[in-house]
Amino acid sequence: MASRFDVRSQPGFGTVAMFTFVLLYLPIATLVAYAFNASESVTVWGGFSLRWFVEASQNAAVQDAAWRSFVIALSAATMATIAATMAAIATTRTAPYPGLSAKYAFINLPLMVPEIVTAVALLIVFSRVKVWTGYSGLGYLVVAHTAFCIPFAYLPIRARLEGMDASLERAAADLYATPWMAFRRVTLPLLRPGIIAGFMLAFVISLDDVVITEFVKSGGQDTLPTYMLGQIRRAVTPEVNAIATAFLALSILIVTAFFFINRKKS
Amino acid sequence: MAAPDRPQDKRNAIEAKGIVKEFGQGASALRALDNVSISIRENEFFTLLGPSGCGKTTLLRMIAGFEYPTEGAILLHGEDIASLPPFRRPINTVFQSYALFPHLSVWDNIAFGLQMLGRPRAEIDARVATMLKLVRMEELAKRRTDQISGGQAQRVALARALAPSPKVLLLDEPLSALDYKLRKEMQIELKRMQHETGITFVFVTHDQEEALTMSDRIAVMSKGRVLQVGSPWDIYDKPADRFVADFIGETNFLAASVIGFSEGLVRVRLSSGAEIAATLAEGARPGGDVTVVVRPEHARAVKEGGHLSGTVENVVYFGTDTHIHIRIPGGETFTVRQQNARAQSCGFAIGDAVGIDIAADAAQVLRD
Amino acid sequence: MASAAENAQRHHREEIRRRWMLSAPALLIILVAATGPLLVMLAYSFMAKGDYGDVKFGQFSLDGWFSVLFQRDMFDDTVTLADAHLSILWRSLRLSLITTLATLALGFPTAYFIATRPRHTREIWVFLVTIPFWTNLLIRTFAMQQVIRNEGILNNALRALGVIDEPLPIMYTDWAILFGMVYVYLPLMVLPLYASMEKLDFRLIEAGYDLYAGRLAVLRRIIIPLVKPGIVAGSILVFIPSLGAYVIPRVLGGGKNMMLGNLIELQFGSGRNWPLGAAISITLMALVMVALLVYVRNAAKSGAQHG
Repeated sequence: MASRFDVRSQPGFGTVAMFTFVLLYLPIATLVAYAFNASESVTVWGGFSLRWFVEASQNAAVQDAAWRSFVIALSAATMATIAATMAAIATTRTAPYPGLSAKYAFINLPLMVPEIVTAVALLIVFSRVKVWTGYSGLGYLVVAHTAFCIPFAYLPIRARLEGMDASLERAAADLYATPWMAFRRVTLPLLRPGIIAGFMLAFVISLDDVVITEFVKSGGQDTLPTYMLGQIRRAVTPEVNAIATAFLALSILIVTAFFFINRKKS
Repeated sequence: MAAPDRPQDKRNAIEAKGIVKEFGQGASALRALDNVSISIRENEFFTLLGPSGCGKTTLLRMIAGFEYPTEGAILLHGEDIASLPPFRRPINTVFQSYALFPHLSVWDNIAFGLQMLGRPRAEIDARVATMLKLVRMEELAKRRTDQISGGQAQRVALARALAPSPKVLLLDEPLSALDYKLRKEMQIELKRMQHETGITFVFVTHDQEEALTMSDRIAVMSKGRVLQVGSPWDIYDKPADRFVADFIGETNFLAASVIGFSEGLVRVRLSSGAEIAATLAEGARPGGDVTVVVRPEHARAVKEGGHLSGTVENVVYFGTDTHIHIRIPGGETFTVRQQNARAQSCGFAIGDAVGIDIAADAAQVLRD
Repeated sequence: MASAAENAQRHHREEIRRRWMLSAPALLIILVAATGPLLVMLAYSFMAKGDYGDVKFGQFSLDGWFSVLFQRDMFDDTVTLADAHLSILWRSLRLSLITTLATLALGFPTAYFIATRPRHTREIWVFLVTIPFWTNLLIRTFAMQQVIRNEGILNNALRALGVIDEPLPIMYTDWAILFGMVYVYLPLMVLPLYASMEKLDFRLIEAGYDLYAGRLAVLRRIIIPLVKPGIVAGSILVFIPSLGAYVIPRVLGGGKNMMLGNLIELQFGSGRNWPLGAAISITLMALVMVALLVYVRNAAKSGAQHG
């Protein structure tokens, strides 16, 4: 008789939710588990071993791809964050002016175009530029990554700016700070959490990219994801699992840091 | 009739000449300020008073340098400052929301202006210490500004704006976020600081009581125009027009006609036929049908006689005084305010026939 | 007093110029490495195809667009519908739609479950959804592959339970693509749904029960209408990347079960028909834009209802 009626509960919803969480984590857990498999196979468990991590880390192609991924992500995220910070300052806290909404749409455009479409479009243009200029270095990848990272870096910076009281900069100007000093001493310190969040987002997005990199890269310019893509098509050994696991750990680390930075802010 | 408290020949700190400010362009342009001219004297506590949207804050922001006039000029000690950006104007502002820098300590907030001016370190230390003392915040110097109360934030904002010793201090409704008791305290504090520093204060408020208690002179604004400039006494007792009379305090409006002049006063006849002497507002039309104002405390309800007669409609007890609302012929209501004596009612009840006795010199003819 | 007016005008113009200068680097990079190339691609779709890939530059042709839907017989010039392209278009739309519905069926109860947890545990559940969201898409696809392959844990488990004797051949079928997309895009459904459910006022549900509604009626008549913006947002966020999926069908679908993304790649690779690839790309973009327009119109409508 005393059973309470819970207005919030809906029958079966908890079960479905549990299924969802199992679904979200079972494949990742499998992948991670086999990374520690001692045997050659990704299906038969041969005992715990760090063998594949060692092999992956000694594989020159993996080292090379990892380093390239890092260099591209660092340069692209840095450039995207600087450009996005400037653009965010230019597009927030203003009365509408001619071109403002067009600018806004333009900056967010890379989010709306399917990656494969951007990828082949870049292939068309860059393949020609490569022939014209004879240059086929990492520059193309860095520019392409910067472009699609900009909207991701722009989002948190813009959000932070919009939540910022415009009278603070007015107060700085009132207290004899030139526009540059007001920016350095007031705007920038207050914007820092947004900029850090934007940079981290851009870094993760660049690090994760497969499709655009696959189409833009020249020969011998594999990043870690495109290297893995190549490996997955061939016979799979737990080495790929080891690489994926390390990659996963890095992503989780960054996302966790991001999560806590954001939480501290609010 | 000049304000009695300041000599006339004092220099002007701020002069606004024919200021027009329009937001937007063309036919849809909104005129926020319409040909405003004001002179603010040195060392004066000057208040811009008016309802929200009257243009007072726009005028203040223009003096600070955050808005540019569409037409007109702003002079600081006789020099046009229209082309100077805010950071080149020796004018500081206490912002409505205080705008304290949340990433800096109380001390750093107060030191900010001096640092931007490139003052030597020793001077900054000394000056900040003086300011902390002035606003009684010595103990909280190291606090972050998001860890102090509203009243404390208000005082830090004041110290920060005063630290660079500006020629003029602008205050944009600085007390509106405080509760009643704190507001009263800060009103006295502000007066004290203005007196101690000798800086010209330009204060913006919509609170008429605040304006009356604090100001040397007040400019009453409405819909982008300045309606009257004068001492609190001028504004209250000699309102220029219906808006000023209505906005500040309670007032009775009476229809009357001018019948003659004597010794600088006009004689007017009220609807009841009674004749009284009245002062004449600047720019008022001295003839024909006019509107006369009488403050409730300048009239008395009497059992017999009086300048007007009517019926008691309501009696409202206020503790210190009692308001008697009297319906007079012609359908208007006249309010009389009478001081209460102890353990004694005012002696009138609803429905009583009463007379209204208007004190000598209490009436003013408005400009229409 | 014209000088004051000029002054104000000048300040206004300077401000706008400053804002354009500040946004210039971002706009320029996006122009060079996103928008500009898309326009070039549009131009390429109207050129004749080169013999070994690329195009015959400046030579106008509608062949690319023609070949999106039709094919011309090499010998007798008869025109027929391009069945291969149509079936790939149909597969893309069908799989994207099923993915959207499946993620909604799983995501709705999950988001509701999270939204009804106590405040401090809610964040942890959300975090658990966020982690897969930020995990590399390729890694997640690869992880799914290890689950559904013939010797994967799914088949092993089913065999151990005696449900099946022979492993279910899931890999390289539409099912594999579907499993992959549901798994990969599920967080994109849960997060916006949760965002709108978090704002749900449970007093309204109490009012529903008070007015004799049963559990199902409360769900149908109160909860679903209130969280509709979240349902629409989640559906769009899942549908759009599903439609443009490339990695998932490539890894899980094998060479045969192509989606539009793979068809595009084919034209730029061994197909050597760049104008056709460009035309299909633009078609894909147009489909995405239509979906976005539906969303924007819907969002505007529900915004008007609430505001």
